[in-house]
Amino acid sequence: MAVDSPVAQLIRAHRLRPIELLPWVVAAAAYFLASGYLPLGSQIMIMILFALSLDLVLGYAGIVTLGQAAFFGVGAYAAGIYSVHVSGEPLSGLIVGAAAAAIVGVVSGAIILRTSGLTLLMLTLAITSLLEAAANDATAITGGNDGLQGVAINPVLGLFDFDLYGRTAYLYCLAVLFIAWLFVRRLVHSPFGQSLVGIRENAVRMHAIGTPVRHRLLTAYTISAALAGVAGALLTQTTQFVGLTVLSFERSGEIVIMLVLGGTGRIYGAFLGAAIYMIAQDQLAEADPVFWDFWIGLLLVLIVLFARGGILGLMDRLLSMVPRRR
Amino acid sequence: MSVVLETIGLARQFGALRVAQDICFRLEAGARHALIGPNGAGKTTFVNLLSGRLAPSAGRILLNGADVTGLPQAERVKRGLGRTFQINALFKGLSVLENVSLATAEHAGLGGKMFRRIGGRRDTIDQAFGLLERLGIADVAMRRVKELPYGQQRLVEIAIALALQPSVLLLDEPAAGVPSAESRLILDVIAQLPSAVAVLIIEHDMELVFRFAERITVLVQGAVLVEGTPAEITADARVREVYLGERHA
Repeated sequence: MAVDSPVAQLIRAHRLRPIELLPWVVAAAAYFLASGYLPLGSQIMIMILFALSLDLVLGYAGIVTLGQAAFFGVGAYAAGIYSVHVSGEPLSGLIVGAAAAAIVGVVSGAIILRTSGLTLLMLTLAITSLLEAAANDATAITGGNDGLQGVAINPVLGLFDFDLYGRTAYLYCLAVLFIAWLFVRRLVHSPFGQSLVGIRENAVRMHAIGTPVRHRLLTAYTISAALAGVAGALLTQTTQFVGLTVLSFERSGEIVIMLVLGGTGRIYGAFLGAAIYMIAQDQLAEADPVFWDFWIGLLLVLIVLFARGGILGLMDRLLSMVPRRR
Repeated sequence: MSVVLETIGLARQFGALRVAQDICFRLEAGARHALIGPNGAGKTTFVNLLSGRLAPSAGRILLNGADVTGLPQAERVKRGLGRTFQINALFKGLSVLENVSLATAEHAGLGGKMFRRIGGRRDTIDQAFGLLERLGIADVAMRRVKELPYGQQRLVEIAIALALQPSVLLLDEPAAGVPSAESRLILDVIAQLPSAVAVLIIEHDMELVFRFAERITVLVQGAVLVEGTPAEITADARVREVYLGERHA
């Protein structure tokens, strides 16, 4: 049997594999088979998009952040304020959310990406806290503690009205997530994406091979912020409300948990982690309304202790054992 | 011969500690030049100053005639300065081929391209693989670097630097920490470096230095003690006293 040359193997490793279409098959099937859960499905897809944005910086570029909610929240508020004061047209609302988050990303990134490690982590936290405090204070614009009222979203493309059953919201989120996935997948399998992996693995060496490391990190950080902004905007548009929790520390922490649960630096960790977390939260909260987060915590402890690389990392290891047995 | 790398009065201080003092140094095109000195002489500091990892407190660095003193590392690399590290600085979780491909892609100006496929410029990957073949490590191309023996990791260090097609190559103790059984591989690779590349090697292994170098600079306490041919350096009483004397006492 002819064995591929290493060059061919390397190129092939970046091609689309059939298994990568599985999430879309599941999402399409869920639309027809689990119609009672469409609002939960929309929420899951929003969190997948949010986790995907985090994977780009945390998983690929190795920027350890606890401030991703800053961009999610800015996107959510920008889309909400846009709908209240300018237009309820959803697609332009998404663009506004992405742009606002990208601006916050590029400005804050230019400052904080000069640092690393614990300092960087603290700064990401601080920026989110600052924005949360500002949103709480600017009652006239954001509604403060009461949240932003009066968000009204027009039909998508002027045709599809957001319905009570959440069908339009589901398909809308699915379409946005699909486009974002195409974009992120292309990005991480490009030379740019590989250079982010190089920076994560060894920034010192990347400098020494001529990479403008900080510029590249800032680009990734800004793109990630824009994606998180789109996720925030989607939440606003599908729930027609924005509250302060979009900027909370809990939201930043929760998305890190989802990503770590699924597996970082592999795109689909975001899909799996967000889906499992959200479904577990939904089911456990129903069964045990007071104590449900204990079980989530326990699951995370088990993953961190016994399955570094998350659930996908564990699956990789198990699969790699299968051919040897045959 | 033309000078490809020159330092003029290069100095660096950490507080009161002067780790590089008024270093005037010239490296000619195609040179095989060694920098030696006892531990703590400032050899790696000098390499870090040349490569831009450290900023000098005073003095100038000229690369191919242009002043690069204020330029960042990336810009110096683009102008032909490549380096290896005393302690491996590799992408340990990636395969050997990926390690070197990162460098060939960056050298080809592809590193910032977001919408190009990895295989879109196959020539950069072919070029990386060609380097692995030249260095005798093509058979481990798909192995993760962290799985390789240390000697082979040192060769990956050199492969990454060569992938940048430098006109000046700084080798910081390329054989450091390599068992003697494997060090021959590294010596052979160094002996076969392209003659157009000016090489500055920092090394403790005197056998390697005298086999390789046409000129030697001796650094002591951050300052140049003497520079000359291997014969001149061997005969120099000051060198024997501060360096060779110590080793062979």
